[in-house]
Amino acid sequence: MELGIYSFGELTAERDPDSAQSIDARFAQILELARLADAGGLDIISLGEHHRPDFSMSAPEIVLAAIAAQTTRLRLASGVTVLSSQDPVRVFEQFATLDQISNGRAEIFAGRGAFTESFPLFGYKLSDYDALFDEKLRLLLQIRDQPVVTWSGQFRPALHDATISPRPLQEKLPIWVAIGGTPASAVRAGSFGLPMMMGFFAGPEQFVPRVELYHRAAAQTGHDPSTLRLGVSGHMYVGKTSQGARDEFYPYYSRYFQQSGAPFAANGFPREAYDSWITQGLPVGSPQQVIDAIMRRVELLGIDRFLGQIDVGNPPWQMTLSSLELYMTEVAPVIRRETAPAGS
Amino acid sequence: MTTIGILGAGKLGTVLARLSVAAGYRTLVAGSGDPSAIALILDVMSPGAFAVSASQAAQQADIVILAVPLGKRTSLPLEQLRDKIVIDSMNYWPDVDGVIDEFEGGIASSLVVADLLSGARLVKAFSHLGYHQLAEDARPQGAADRHALAIAGDDDQAVAAVSDLVDRFGFDPVIAGGLATSVRFGPGSDLFGVSTDRAEVTRRLLAHDSQGMHDHAQP
Repeated sequence: MELGIYSFGELTAERDPDSAQSIDARFAQILELARLADAGGLDIISLGEHHRPDFSMSAPEIVLAAIAAQTTRLRLASGVTVLSSQDPVRVFEQFATLDQISNGRAEIFAGRGAFTESFPLFGYKLSDYDALFDEKLRLLLQIRDQPVVTWSGQFRPALHDATISPRPLQEKLPIWVAIGGTPASAVRAGSFGLPMMMGFFAGPEQFVPRVELYHRAAAQTGHDPSTLRLGVSGHMYVGKTSQGARDEFYPYYSRYFQQSGAPFAANGFPREAYDSWITQGLPVGSPQQVIDAIMRRVELLGIDRFLGQIDVGNPPWQMTLSSLELYMTEVAPVIRRETAPAGS
Repeated sequence: MTTIGILGAGKLGTVLARLSVAAGYRTLVAGSGDPSAIALILDVMSPGAFAVSASQAAQQADIVILAVPLGKRTSLPLEQLRDKIVIDSMNYWPDVDGVIDEFEGGIASSLVVADLLSGARLVKAFSHLGYHQLAEDARPQGAADRHALAIAGDDDQAVAAVSDLVDRFGFDPVIAGGLATSVRFGPGSDLFGVSTDRAEVTRRLLAHDSQGMHDHAQP
């Protein structure tokens, strides 16, 4: 079982004196979180890509490169790379570079993206939302799997005997498909035989059929089940006590949804909705509650990787540090023990 | 036997298809392409529903549910939807749909959709809860812990038919009023995303008018 953290570097709390006030302060936080995670035995950090002023990272691979220089074992992933509005050639070059400079620790989580602000920015049409992702994922995989690429498609100039360099240090750069619940996305991940990250917040039950779709699509296309992997990412906050965690996290979580424009939180995230998410399995609470929430994901979905969004809402820095500390010292050891193969 | 046609085999469409099959309706589902592309999805997510083309779904159904992103509204089978009872479950959310001028300005998105689907008998429903809430909170008629869904429409007969359908799908229907009143349960309203019972849905629909949508933002 691999455990990790992720961040979007959001700046949703600019006017809160206890939260990061500027982009450089936010980056300093993310670098410190990465150093702590590396020293504390976590397996992976992932950083998301957003192209809006209330989020600090449009170029997460550059922040990951800075993390590479300050850590030794943590795996370094995007989360997600909005592949639809990027050039797969450039994406591969950047992550191969990251892989070489980090001693083989780079990974790409490729997704269609929840927000769509990057489409007009880079000249793409939202009406091509799915076709763009499909074509670019195919090209990215071809670049990964073949040293010399000949390719043509609809959204990018053709390639003729192109050599994409550098090559990564790892023999095969890990590429995960990240999905947010669209059934066809699970089918796509399975039919490509790629590992799949599932992003959701509350209960895992809705993803049980998506996992079945993934496995059946992989079997239909002849992929070896042993090459398949599943992971989950989602919001998380670990506090000392159940009620204390719930109460102290709520204002920042509510503000996050409100300021990022979620349509269900125009006047703040309703407290009753928050409480019901926790009841359903949002990993917010005491260490034991978070252990239970993660273990339910493991048992229901068969995942062997979990990433918690460690600083969602840009809360006061001491809260984030304390949540990370509890995650590493009280949650992770129990999850590792309970998921260890029999006999080990 | 009543036939329900669902346009969209995504998060929402597959949940509504499952509820429709469970309610005993003949259920036809269309994705964006060839029906064979969604056969596996329906087999796993909505067993008992049939994969068809969008025009087949629209043509054969007594009631058609639009469960596609707003951005796909122009690819709907407009001709086959004429004179049909059509449920609009779509919402306008610029962060995802991009800014679309005709939906800007706080207008009920269903009014714009109604213009596009001229001749269709449009009713707004299944629009203010997430797909996971619809999946998890549906309860049989008479259950004590039943939740409610707001609906709105200008055609009384169509509204009555959709009320009955909502009830059979597992929720108490609460009629907000004409299509324009669907802003009371649209994105940004106090009802949006809140799964609750009939009394509370009714209370929030009424409160929307008295306080105005943006007058009670938190400090």
